[in-house]
Amino acid sequence: MISWSNFLSQLINGLALGALLALISSGLTIIYGTLGVLNLAHGAMFMIGGYAGFAAYQATGSFLVAVVAGSLAVMVLGIVMERVIIRHFYSRPHEDQILVTFGLGIVFVEAIRRIFGSESRLVPAPASMSGIVDLGFMMYPTYRLVLVGIVAVALLALYIVLYRTRLGMIVRAGIEDPVMVDSLGINVYRVFMVVFGIGAMAAGFSGIINAPVVSLTPEVGEAILVQTFVVVVIGGVGSFPGAVLGGLIAGEIVSITSMFNPGYAYVMLFAAMTLVLMIRPRGLFGAIGRE
Amino acid sequence: MMNSSPRRRPPYLAEIVTAVALIAAPFVLPYLGSAPNTVNRILVWGLFGIGFDLLFGYTGLLSFGQSALYGTGGMVAAYLLTRAGFPHVITALVIGTVAAAVVGWLVGLVALRRTGIYFAMITVAIAEVFYFVEFNPLADWTGGENGLPGVPTPTIDLGFTKLSFTTGWSLYPFLAFCYFIGIVIALRIVRSPVGAVLRAIRENPLRATAVGHNIHAYKLSAFVIAAAYAGLAGGLLGVLQAFMPPEAFTFDTSGQLVMQTVIGGRGTLFGPLVGAGVWLFLQDFLQNSMHLGAAWKLVLGLIFVILVCFLRDGIVGGLRDLWRWMRRSRTVAEAPQEAAPVEAVPPPGPTAKALRARRAASTSTTSGPILQATGLTKRYGGVVANSGIDFSVERGEIRGIIGPNGAGKSTFFKMLTCEVPPTSGKIMFGGRDITGLGVTDVCQLGLTKSYQVNQLFNRLTVGENVTIAALAALRGKFRLDLLRNIAKVPGLEDQVENTLARVGLTARREVPVSQLAYGEKRRLEIGLALASSPDLLLLDEPLAGMSPRERVETVKLLKSVAAGRTMIVIDHDMDAIFELAQRITVLQEGRVLVEGTPEEIRANAKVQEAYLGGVHIEGHA
Repeated sequence: MISWSNFLSQLINGLALGALLALISSGLTIIYGTLGVLNLAHGAMFMIGGYAGFAAYQATGSFLVAVVAGSLAVMVLGIVMERVIIRHFYSRPHEDQILVTFGLGIVFVEAIRRIFGSESRLVPAPASMSGIVDLGFMMYPTYRLVLVGIVAVALLALYIVLYRTRLGMIVRAGIEDPVMVDSLGINVYRVFMVVFGIGAMAAGFSGIINAPVVSLTPEVGEAILVQTFVVVVIGGVGSFPGAVLGGLIAGEIVSITSMFNPGYAYVMLFAAMTLVLMIRPRGLFGAIGRE
Repeated sequence: MMNSSPRRRPPYLAEIVTAVALIAAPFVLPYLGSAPNTVNRILVWGLFGIGFDLLFGYTGLLSFGQSALYGTGGMVAAYLLTRAGFPHVITALVIGTVAAAVVGWLVGLVALRRTGIYFAMITVAIAEVFYFVEFNPLADWTGGENGLPGVPTPTIDLGFTKLSFTTGWSLYPFLAFCYFIGIVIALRIVRSPVGAVLRAIRENPLRATAVGHNIHAYKLSAFVIAAAYAGLAGGLLGVLQAFMPPEAFTFDTSGQLVMQTVIGGRGTLFGPLVGAGVWLFLQDFLQNSMHLGAAWKLVLGLIFVILVCFLRDGIVGGLRDLWRWMRRSRTVAEAPQEAAPVEAVPPPGPTAKALRARRAASTSTTSGPILQATGLTKRYGGVVANSGIDFSVERGEIRGIIGPNGAGKSTFFKMLTCEVPPTSGKIMFGGRDITGLGVTDVCQLGLTKSYQVNQLFNRLTVGENVTIAALAALRGKFRLDLLRNIAKVPGLEDQVENTLARVGLTARREVPVSQLAYGEKRRLEIGLALASSPDLLLLDEPLAGMSPRERVETVKLLKSVAAGRTMIVIDHDMDAIFELAQRITVLQEGRVLVEGTPEEIRANAKVQEAYLGGVHIEGHA
């Protein structure tokens, strides 16, 4: 039955999942907000982050190297993808952008399956962070607590980049009015490339730091992508604070519902999304005009 | 595609070709090495795709949630036929179709609250919910991960003989018949007024709304139709496999449908069938002949990406373009003519007169001002665009509105046409309070606007553009005449011809908007507003960007259009305004500066100051 410690541990699980969703969704939402492109390959990028990290871990045995490799690999992938393909889709309808990123997502998943096979892989947490910790009232896996901390730091870093740097100012201005930013003489295309890189890196980083918690399969990004969409719909497309709040809400909903019956987790998530759509169709932090 | 083509194809060509191909298939395909089951699966995917193509290719709504409806229709039919012991296969399929349509209606209510990327994301989420619901809460009914085995095949008792469809080529006639019915209905929908409106929604939802169509209702209809097709296809999947697989609900199903449709060609109706053929053939070929194993999907993914990049309309679309290109290179290229001068503008046709008479009968008062706005104010945050405007226009008047840039002229127009609600104030039109109504309703009442920046249906022809606007006037804001041929809408041809003649575009009827010269687009913009035969026509800078010669033509056009109707014109061309308008209102900084006859305005010191002062300041800026 449901005990207090069970409930608390699910609450922390929800926090961990929520923080992770917040980080992945931030990546998706700043790409959409700035470039106007919904990246359906975002889930696949999350997955590739995990696999790239896994490969690096196999080669070096260092978790830190794995995290760096996973993030950088996906960042590079994102930049290449933007340069080679996405760039040609800025002037095409949203539907075409969705289709091409959807197709790329499938290509990524199938390529990984070709290289690593379909069986699941695990990147163990570093020894110092593995095991369980006594929180006084309950025992809890150490790494999951660390995960919350790592993601919080990453979100803070993203916040600083977005709100405290010149680049961030341009990105936020671009979300408001890309035409204006362009006419101010800023090379929007270079900014686009950087933003796509950062957004992709957020997914890749999340993918590798989550690898010790959920084992890797080529499909691991698919479920994440769906949850990310719900987060973004709840939070409002293009909004960083919306992604963070939406992520935490979604994480807790999934976690707490799973305590009663995991089968209903998605149903509750969907109910929350529908509720937001009914009351505030633009999402909690959604701006007018972005569609 | 609309039936107004001058080079008329034989009627029902597509239907006849489909029927012949479907009948010939079992005699030809075995020699090409096609397994009957593969052919049957292609038919089911093709039928599933017809509905999706109506939704995505025609209406522009990219849904990743079709698996939910496919699964629902299939599960309902399979449940009836297996666990409920329902004996009649065809009735069960119909019930499954209806169930999917009803569920589609509910899903559509949620998903269609947003458009564009939101719509795509919401449909992804909905499909995932259905998947989990099927697997868990409803597992007792759906068999959970085991699905529902033992779905029977149909038998039709004709009295004198019994037709039994079992598997393989024996089942093929049944599936082919279902596909044929599906394509016939879809072709009728595409050729109906609703089909025209759906394409208008895809091209420019804003304008489709502004000319008087309730686009939400049409989108929901398209969603329900797509759901019905999905439901029937799902039911047939169960019949085909003698088993209803739970995998029908997976996101992969939706993804495969999207990819097949795009590979085959969106907006073609036959694209999904071709795409399914390519998909299943390549899957088989890559796996068995090339020994690629699981990598077949990688290859198909790459093909899909390449097609999206380079061949937007897929295989069928590419062949169509090739065919048109070959036909064009054979005939002499027709040089686009310079804007044909409006010789004599024809009077309004009988349909236009009938429309306006009908509206006049429904309005309570025919005396007094046609439009009266009181205390109209619009604030955008801290910015006050309009403040306390009192404005009144008499029936039959031509009113000019002038004012420096940023005077709030366009905002004022947007409030009058109910595109944006006023922060405060009241608008009366024909004695009726229209404050807070939508732009669609207001257009239906006989008030519409031509836009400052062209809002056209770009990939449609000039004739189709005007047709869409005329349809709203003739059919009201929503009507589900799905099976009616668009040519049979009473008065439509007369209204379209007359409107085209009035804006001097008769010779350009079959030309896509994207190939028009700028001046022609401007005239079409006015034509779209004119096609609904408005009693009050608002024109937002109709002369903007025109050459001097085009201006003269357009002023002539506007004068003829004004006969028997009320018009309000915003423009920066003072000469034109002074020539056209009987009275002029001058706006400055969101307020009415002064109002009077052209002579009074010309002589007014405040107006001179506003304009000369403006020039003065600009000169020193």
